[in-house]
Amino acid sequence: MRRNLITAVLYTVVTTVLFGLVYPFVVTGLAQVLFHDKANGQLIYKNGELVGSRIIGQSFMAPQYFHSRPSLAGNGYDAANSGGSNLGPTNKKLVDRVAGDVATLQIDHPGVAVPIDLVTSSGSGLDPHITPAGAEFQVARVARERHLSEDAVQRLVLQHTEGRQLGFLGEPRVNVLLLNMDLDEMAPPK
Amino acid sequence: MTANGWFQIFFFFALVMVCAKPLGLYMARVFEHERTRADVIFRPIERLIYRLTGIEETHEMAWTEYAVVMLLFSLVTLLATYAVERLQQLLPLNPQHLGAVAPDLALNTAASFTTNTNWQSYVPETTMSYLTQMLTLAYHNFFSAAAGMALAVALIRGISRRESKTLGNFWVDTTRASLWVLLPGCLIYSMLLISQGVVQNLRPYDQAKLVQSQTATVTGADGKTVTQTITTQSIAQGPVASQEAIKMLGTNGGGFFNANSAHPFENPTPLSNLMQMFSIFVIPAGLTVTLGRMTRAPKHGWAVFAAMAALFLVGVFVAYYAEAQSNPLLHSVDQRASLTQAGGNMEGKEVRFGVVNSALFATVTTDASCGAVNSTHDSFMPLGGLVPMVNIMLGEVIFGGVGAGLYGMLIFVVLAVFIAGLMVGRTPEYLGKKIESYDVKMAMLYVLIFPLSILGFSAVALMMPNLGLSSLANTGPHGLSEILYAYTSATGNNGSAFAGLNANTHWYNLSLTAAMLIGRFLMIVPMLAIAGSLAKKKLVPPSLGTFPVHTPLFTVLLVGVVVIVGALTFFPALSLGPVLEHLMMHAGKSF
Repeated sequence: MRRNLITAVLYTVVTTVLFGLVYPFVVTGLAQVLFHDKANGQLIYKNGELVGSRIIGQSFMAPQYFHSRPSLAGNGYDAANSGGSNLGPTNKKLVDRVAGDVATLQIDHPGVAVPIDLVTSSGSGLDPHITPAGAEFQVARVARERHLSEDAVQRLVLQHTEGRQLGFLGEPRVNVLLLNMDLDEMAPPK
Repeated sequence: MTANGWFQIFFFFALVMVCAKPLGLYMARVFEHERTRADVIFRPIERLIYRLTGIEETHEMAWTEYAVVMLLFSLVTLLATYAVERLQQLLPLNPQHLGAVAPDLALNTAASFTTNTNWQSYVPETTMSYLTQMLTLAYHNFFSAAAGMALAVALIRGISRRESKTLGNFWVDTTRASLWVLLPGCLIYSMLLISQGVVQNLRPYDQAKLVQSQTATVTGADGKTVTQTITTQSIAQGPVASQEAIKMLGTNGGGFFNANSAHPFENPTPLSNLMQMFSIFVIPAGLTVTLGRMTRAPKHGWAVFAAMAALFLVGVFVAYYAEAQSNPLLHSVDQRASLTQAGGNMEGKEVRFGVVNSALFATVTTDASCGAVNSTHDSFMPLGGLVPMVNIMLGEVIFGGVGAGLYGMLIFVVLAVFIAGLMVGRTPEYLGKKIESYDVKMAMLYVLIFPLSILGFSAVALMMPNLGLSSLANTGPHGLSEILYAYTSATGNNGSAFAGLNANTHWYNLSLTAAMLIGRFLMIVPMLAIAGSLAKKKLVPPSLGTFPVHTPLFTVLLVGVVVIVGALTFFPALSLGPVLEHLMMHAGKSF
């Protein structure tokens, strides 16, 4: 028993060095050399200033921007506090929240059914995407607010629409942050 | 449900099936100490480990010694993890200057990772330093998995050896599992994940200036709500990919971030998502081939595989069907699938995965004892949330955890041949070994400890409004589901959650710790007892009365035993949770 206990302690120490230190440091080293941008979070700099990550969503609520999905991460899109609502499908809080968001969105689009992703929160609270349907729904509002033609905005949305990966994996999607940044380039906000 | 959705599901499963055989045969060679191409690299490291730790490679252990050594190793690593968590503020690699983890939470987490559960009562971004995650949590991801594989191999040896007192050497089996299988797998896999955008760095959290500043209403300390303008986004970083790889390959499931595999830095693309689901299933599926190889009954291995595959397909069908439905309580929203959206129940799901990859992931992660999530199970439709819960309640034998799934399923095999023996009135045999009263008693112990812990703890929690019910995020039948899921997940060593439940309280931290330890160790001991008992037996030549264990009839019987044991035990509780919620939802009732 005593011998086995000593072996257990020694084994824990030796394997911790190999698997708990050497392994992650080797992977970190390789990653920093081979995939420098991706390993550091695909950060976007504008005029030398960090403005976000290409794969982490941000909150957009102003009418001249495409809106992101509702977020329950911290105060919304808090990338140091990820998480979802965890509300069940029969929870009154969920039903009421969705009804409230639908009412707000329908001010601009009376009577049009709202694509489901625009009124549901993601599991991470950091979802960088909306569906093409969710973008389509907002084109008219953004065009009007920016004094752009709907066609021009539509084209920009199409440019930012990613299809399924390898043609069949996942779902089609639009990256909201990148779309909005390009929108700002095209027609700078006043 | 769409054709593309089904194609994605079948593509995933075909990939698992294709890779199961080569991997399974490779693992059989590793555990039988045959030569492999990887020996050049790993044999010297293996020898060095034995030399430094004084392990005698040729020493063979009886089942009792095997069990004692496994328990000692688990105890030592559990205490080491507890110590690092409590002292992390004094240790390096803590760029966010996170403080010591509270004692009950530290204990819960140490037990959780030691038992391969990876239940998380904490928000990692604000609780665990980079060092704690690398040195202890990811370490457990390797060694709780390697220990699981060692235990499964010990049981296989018990079946295949004759008149033998021993089952192998725990240290050697664990070392070979981690060096030959997990480590090379993780090195390649973590690089693939990084190529998709999983981060791997030691930077402090980045501060980004938001493109559009946001306003948020915050409740201050005095209870008043104030409107705040937020202009920056703090972006959590870390050595994620190295941990993500073993988190999935070792069916651990503990997220580097709170949102787990829903977080874009843990699971950025549909391809990384496919890799993650594949890596949950591939070792457990391969182990069925290892079983066939090491017992010289390859067809038996495939018959077990078939039983697992059948149960998997039923689960994924129900989950996908349920999640693709519209929630009847939401109005003026478009929930139908079309060319421009996947539709269905999108609360708690990511757009890049949609309902099909979320339902598939939830099924896979609970068939196995992984517990990683790429969507919040708590927000699933009632029947969609039923599937993960039932998968765990069936004992996580549908491929199951690495090692744990196989030995769990083999317990059901023992019961199945016993029942077949009763039906024809002959002494049951399993691959030439007589199954006798001692073996069946141990198998029943294994089967009964599980629901006793789940239902017992759930009942106690439900009776205590201040300790049990006050943590609920949802009320009505969904509240019952939240508590039931917690103890099911803990006892089953799964680690996924109906995460609305606030489990970071003294009651839940401690009671879930107990459930996790019971679910791992109290079940391993009877399992090893069976292995020891089988190893001692003589080989009986097959006769006309022998029930063959490689036929479709056997597969059907095995599925039947798994389902009947699970259904009889848990149906009453489930009918008051998810089933009732489903009926109420369609009656238009919210809570």
